[in-house]
Amino acid sequence: MNAMKYLTTDNTSGAVRLKDIPEVPYAAFYDDLAGKLSEPRYHVAHYFALPDEGRMRFYCLVLDDAEGRVLITSHATEYYDDTALPSLTALHAQLHPFERDITERYGIRFDGQPWPKPLRFPFDRYDRRSSMDNYPFYTMEGRSLHEVNVGPIHAGIIEPGAFRFICNGEQVLHLEIALGYQHRGVERAFETTENRLRQACLAEAVAGDSAVAHALAYAEAVERLTGFERPAQLDRERAIALELERMAMQIADTGALSTDVGYQLGQVACEALRTMTINTTQAWCGNRFGKGLVRPHGTDHPLTPEKSAMIRRNVREIARRYEEVRRDICSSPTLLARFEQCGIVPRDEMLRIGGVGQAARASGVARDLRTTHPSGAYAKHLHHETIVEEQGDVMARLLVRCREVPQSAEYVDRLLSIYEGKYAATENPCPHPDYAAPLLPSSLSFGLIEGWRGETLHVALTDAVGHIAACRIKDPSLHNWMALALAVRGEGISDFPICNKSFNLSYCGHDL
Amino acid sequence: MALLNTFLLLLAALCIPGLINRTRALLAGRKGIRFAQHLYDVRLLLHKEAVYSTTTTALFRAVPSVYLGAAIVAALLIPTGELTPLLSFDGDLVAFAYLLALGRTALILAAMDTGSSFEGMGASREALYGMLVEPALLLTFGTLALLAGYTSFADIFNDGLPDDVQFIIVLLFAAYVLLKIVFTESGRIPVDDPRTHLELTMIHEVMCLDYCGVDLAYIKMAGWLKTASFAMLAANAAAATFGLRWWVAAPLSVVLTGVAVGVVESTQARNKLARNTTFILTIVALAALLFFTAYLLQLNIAIQ
Repeated sequence: MNAMKYLTTDNTSGAVRLKDIPEVPYAAFYDDLAGKLSEPRYHVAHYFALPDEGRMRFYCLVLDDAEGRVLITSHATEYYDDTALPSLTALHAQLHPFERDITERYGIRFDGQPWPKPLRFPFDRYDRRSSMDNYPFYTMEGRSLHEVNVGPIHAGIIEPGAFRFICNGEQVLHLEIALGYQHRGVERAFETTENRLRQACLAEAVAGDSAVAHALAYAEAVERLTGFERPAQLDRERAIALELERMAMQIADTGALSTDVGYQLGQVACEALRTMTINTTQAWCGNRFGKGLVRPHGTDHPLTPEKSAMIRRNVREIARRYEEVRRDICSSPTLLARFEQCGIVPRDEMLRIGGVGQAARASGVARDLRTTHPSGAYAKHLHHETIVEEQGDVMARLLVRCREVPQSAEYVDRLLSIYEGKYAATENPCPHPDYAAPLLPSSLSFGLIEGWRGETLHVALTDAVGHIAACRIKDPSLHNWMALALAVRGEGISDFPICNKSFNLSYCGHDL
Repeated sequence: MALLNTFLLLLAALCIPGLINRTRALLAGRKGIRFAQHLYDVRLLLHKEAVYSTTTTALFRAVPSVYLGAAIVAALLIPTGELTPLLSFDGDLVAFAYLLALGRTALILAAMDTGSSFEGMGASREALYGMLVEPALLLTFGTLALLAGYTSFADIFNDGLPDDVQFIIVLLFAAYVLLKIVFTESGRIPVDDPRTHLELTMIHEVMCLDYCGVDLAYIKMAGWLKTASFAMLAANAAAATFGLRWWVAAPLSVVLTGVAVGVVESTQARNKLARNTTFILTIVALAALLFFTAYLLQLNIAIQ
């Protein structure tokens, strides 16, 4: 019985037919998920609703970290059925962004939803009266309390987002983060074009700092739908691109954390190293953020022996110099005093909110798709070992970064040495991109990639003639913004910036 | 002589920010901005007119002038080495401390006048740290007065300070405490970060967020004068250990402050805000220790 409720697949299999996805009654869905999600091995990767021939069909993707499975199930309601569904968020807080999104888009009510607030104000939202101007901020009463509103426009060149603090003096009692200012309708834009090159460019623009991760998630989703068998070399080049992006961002964040505590040496050293990393990517593909590097079915920038040697040389130098910075940071008492015991998110809270990626790993939650759901080069060559820190404070998040950089550098080096060993004399076997291969009709496919920030997911659904009918994107930020709100509880308000920087979440990845 | 003194102090005030930037750039391995960049910035600000928020009152507009005025008068009390300052009277060291406190109070009121929650937080922080640093300031001045037997800076540094060997340590100690006060009073790392863009962490800068143009220029210039006054006092105390000469004290004030602040800002992170209290109380404790050491030494001499 239990086995029938889910379609089991994994991160290496092809697309699944929509009719193969079981459709269970909501009560069964509710009971089963309520049980499953209390185990740390399961978390919801995506849960979304789609109108389907006069009905609403709700798809749910659950990841099983222990066995590397992806469980897909669905339930459905009549389109005009307005009975409220019992809210799963009430039991498992990790579902809050998904239920809020469904409510916001389609007006489906969840009974007992503890945080029934708008998520990102899409243009075609169900309730047009709900707008940024009347976002229902949480308030507290008390003579000694005061509210501090930061944003949506911030100092410096960062994205917009409103932060509302409730403080008792310097101490933060509560932080509420209202996003949606960056909503551009990316998912809708995917549906309105059939040009897959345009879609790939859109994927790169979901979150500028994760261009490679999102492009890769999109490319894998499309390749599952076309049934394309990737050459191993293409997988390796994509992994190299992804690890270069990871290195660049982890180094940049190390520098940003140094900046925020006024530590100049760390700042300038990391800025220089980050520039060196993204310039390496630029020398490879012409764009510092790796835009244009990942395309479905192939690549426009196959590695050459010269480029490979250049990347290996640079990466080795970056890893060497970053190690010096890391040693400086970890041995500087003034920095440790700022980072340690600051912005703690304990493991059980991180699990409750379904945290993913490096923020979760810093709280002792070993979620890393490269280990739990490996695909491509990660399955074949790298056998990734997840880096976990237990403390859950700013220092732990910094340490995860510090430890991932040399690891990524080592992966890049290893993958390039495989390339040089195999194709130094012969031509690179990577094909050119193909934007016209037919897609499987009436299917669901996904691309599941561990970007530098964490679990990046693109779900594509095709219609009966094999066009992409809907696309659902999830940036890891969607889960992790709540972790930031929890991290600053009880902290001094002046420590908010370093807590924020230690997560470095994406506004546009959340807002889509 | 008084004019030379004022000129030297002014020169120190103009040079210190430049030297800090130079030191920081050097340690960061950068070319850095030009030495006089802060002067160009302020000249630019002086050419801009001020824009006022509609929530503010006349108080807000008056404050920059009060703040700058207080800093100017306070700076006029400070001698360079043995030179006589323009203004000098018995008890002027207390006047100096409270002129700066007047400026601070004015700025705090202006910050609250804007009604911004950021500025309110900055004002509360500034008030707390200002209050905490006051005992350190007065105890150090008290020590100098005790050693010299005068209560005016001019008299203290002119020929008041004893040149016995045992007082060298007290004077160097006083110089050290004054140098630490420079860090807190001019809002430098580890207490405050003048470069940060993060309003939530600011102390001094956040109180000036609503100022622009001429007003901001006034506040910046007042800041330079404040820094230079403390730097000059520290340099005077240090120079007094080997025969106080203005041509030693003046360059010493610039180099001591510029290099010390530059090095600390390059190699250290800022304190957690809550730890600033500890940092300042340590300065107070040092100042108290200094005062009692000087007092005991003084007694000892009387017994002999």
